[in-house]
Amino acid sequence: MKAIGKSVSRKDGIGKATGGAKYADDITFPGMIHGRTIRSTIPCGRVKSIKYDFDTTGFTICDYRDVPSKNIVDLIEKDQPFLVETEVKHMAEPIVLLAHEDKEKLHAAKVIIEYEEETPVFDPEKSTLSFKDIDIIKGDVAKALASADVIVEGTYRTGHQEHVYIETNGLIAVPEEGGYALYGSLQCPFYVIKALRCLMGSAHPNIRVIQTETGGGFGGKEEYPSMIAGHALMLAHKSGRPVKIIYDRVEDMIATTKRHPAIVKHRTGLKKDGTLVAMDIEVILDGGAYVTLTPTVLSRGCIHAAGPYRCDNVRIRGHGMFTNTPPNGAFRGFGAPQTEFAVEVHMERIAEQLKLDPVELRRKNALRAGDLTATGQTLREDTSALMVLDEAVRRTDFSRKRKEYKGTNRAIGLALFFHGAGFTGAGERNLKSKARIDLTETGVRIAVGSTEIGQGTRTMHAQIVTEALGIPYETVEVAQPDTSRVADSGPTVASRTCMVVGKILEECAEEMKEKLGGMSPADYFKKNGPLSIERMYEPPDWIIWDDKTYLGDAYATYGWGCDVIELELDPYTFEVKPIKMTAVQEFGRPIHPALARGQIEGGTAQGLGYALLENVVMRNGVMANAQLTNYVIPTTLDMPELDIVMMENPYPGGPFGAKGLGELPMDGPGPAVVNALRQLGCDVREIPATPEHIASCPKMNGSYA
Amino acid sequence: MKFTLNGKATEVNASPAARLLDVLREDCGLTGTKEGCGEGECGACSVLIDGEVVCSCLVPFAQADNAEVLTIEGLNGTHPLQKLFMDEVGAQCGICTPGMIIAAMTLGEKPTLDEVKVALAGNLCRCTGYSAIYRAIMKWRGMPLPDESSSAVTA
Repeated sequence: MKAIGKSVSRKDGIGKATGGAKYADDITFPGMIHGRTIRSTIPCGRVKSIKYDFDTTGFTICDYRDVPSKNIVDLIEKDQPFLVETEVKHMAEPIVLLAHEDKEKLHAAKVIIEYEEETPVFDPEKSTLSFKDIDIIKGDVAKALASADVIVEGTYRTGHQEHVYIETNGLIAVPEEGGYALYGSLQCPFYVIKALRCLMGSAHPNIRVIQTETGGGFGGKEEYPSMIAGHALMLAHKSGRPVKIIYDRVEDMIATTKRHPAIVKHRTGLKKDGTLVAMDIEVILDGGAYVTLTPTVLSRGCIHAAGPYRCDNVRIRGHGMFTNTPPNGAFRGFGAPQTEFAVEVHMERIAEQLKLDPVELRRKNALRAGDLTATGQTLREDTSALMVLDEAVRRTDFSRKRKEYKGTNRAIGLALFFHGAGFTGAGERNLKSKARIDLTETGVRIAVGSTEIGQGTRTMHAQIVTEALGIPYETVEVAQPDTSRVADSGPTVASRTCMVVGKILEECAEEMKEKLGGMSPADYFKKNGPLSIERMYEPPDWIIWDDKTYLGDAYATYGWGCDVIELELDPYTFEVKPIKMTAVQEFGRPIHPALARGQIEGGTAQGLGYALLENVVMRNGVMANAQLTNYVIPTTLDMPELDIVMMENPYPGGPFGAKGLGELPMDGPGPAVVNALRQLGCDVREIPATPEHIASCPKMNGSYA
Repeated sequence: MKFTLNGKATEVNASPAARLLDVLREDCGLTGTKEGCGEGECGACSVLIDGEVVCSCLVPFAQADNAEVLTIEGLNGTHPLQKLFMDEVGAQCGICTPGMIIAAMTLGEKPTLDEVKVALAGNLCRCTGYSAIYRAIMKWRGMPLPDESSSAVTA
């Protein structure tokens, strides 16, 4: 192998380390002005009047009447407007747009909006409107529960989580010959273009979207950039000038999406020896005020809700509920961190109640090749639950330490988890992603819409093409995603960029290799001129999925992980200090080991923040702690020592055996931390497990240490 | 106002109350210094003033009067730590990277891992979990890292 499995130098170049890389806010255009969004200050009601309490000379002002075609952010449903017409559904909802060349004047401008307030709904359990209901039925849960030796019940909760990409959202709309170009920090350029076509209509066909260097995404720049792009474009359309909109941190935190809070209820029937016989699960997600991505987040959450365990009788009911809060959306893991938190803490509680060894309980029930998942999918050879569990337990000396730490303020906890790679069910078939390779005078250029957001897309794709074409890595270029120039390879989400888009690129490269007939790309180009190979993704033909019954092959393959954490609890302040995290993860095989390791280390850090620190405080339907001063993410001093283990079990349908990886590391830290805290006698069933929360939890078996 | 910017005598006509960050980015055209939060929490805007690391979003331009200011551009793209940040994947999305590298400039010749952690405690990274950043810095300083195994085990 020339490139695969090697930590080759990255295609990003040195720009990120020299300050030369251009992010949205680093770019200016001649005549550019700045845009600002005026937002609702009530969670529910109607706009009665809008008054511009400033000298409007030199300002460009847009409200909903300036929408050229449709006032709809076109995503799954067409329910969310770019700008409020009269009905306000959540705090910080965009109502009016202002633009001016002078930032000081722009921010000093005062817009007074009068409202007629209505009573908001903030509790998803009290909401009467569901965006999506899911009911997965395998076997007969009622009958199996009636015959079980033991029934264990529990309710588990997870909070919002804010992405905190260090680069806030930013977009620039630029009028150009015959149309508009949008430059911005985003994950999914083709989602943005779809939304802008709906906004502008057929009178403005020439719009293109270009991704600039993007300072982190984690799902947070999946859907919301469509909204900002629409705002910038409306202002540019009205003013005829380039318009830049950069959110400051407060605006980014109060207005843009977060991870869905979840309430997950389990009722589980078992034999005395710990064999699972029935799992009855209900998942409630707080969707926020518009549908956005809630149905698909709920879908992934429900499919992962039974955890990596085999059970013949499973029922999973899911509800994605409306509340008068800013819409929750995509965030690394996409519903699975919530439901896998619940099932893994529940498994720990089952072990406690049945007085079973927690490792043995998991080993007994873990999914193996040939087993059926909750949706009735027969797992294949690339199933590694036992492998990662055994390696994690062996490496950490888990069982000995668990005994040794009894009676101290130190504890060790584990979580076993899995994560489906790619879009759910028929998703990849419906998506019809394409990838393209163009011959250049010196080599080849990859032309896909998949975005580099730090995870290493450019490098990893170039490695796959290098290997499949058998040409030098240095001769493979990667085009900047520009919707007018690259193939629509689908969104950069769902752990699909390596496994799915990488696979199409591998096939493109193989076809190109045949066409080259032994010539080098440069020689072929000189002799025959340009050549492009574009192919569409073909999912494995055995994938059968029924969207109505939610039964079938939910994902082509799964990554598997087992996290073990050692931590200490301060018995007086209830502060938790993570000491060491061992993350054993199997994701096919790493294309670029250093990048893959970075995904696990970074995802584990986000998971630890989710578990212990990251507490979104909602007050009157909006984030009250919308600053990095009081919404705290892990710093160098909060992170434990990390021991990362990458295990291999290749997936034949992925490029060179690779599966998806990006989201997997997010699923384990939450339950591993809580399961360790439970060893210290704290009956925690909710994250973030802040000191205040731990102090409020009932004590089990006496003391904390 | 006169100051030394990346080793060059510089004069900028900006309000003394302007944020140093804005003066650097807008008046001097040096966009390598990034804004992450605007309140001194994330460290993306770190620069050195007379050798001390500061958040340039919190510093009024007046404080740079007659001082020596070092931004990421002042390392000229040739500093070994810059290449190590890319090679060791200490940079993922890269937005925190200039600030991280500037903060690392305050480290001594032979820093311990704990000293590195303290020096970078004011710089947030959301991508890496910091481990790769430690690897880049310790390699630069020729310091060993605690035993870390990252084995690939085949099924």
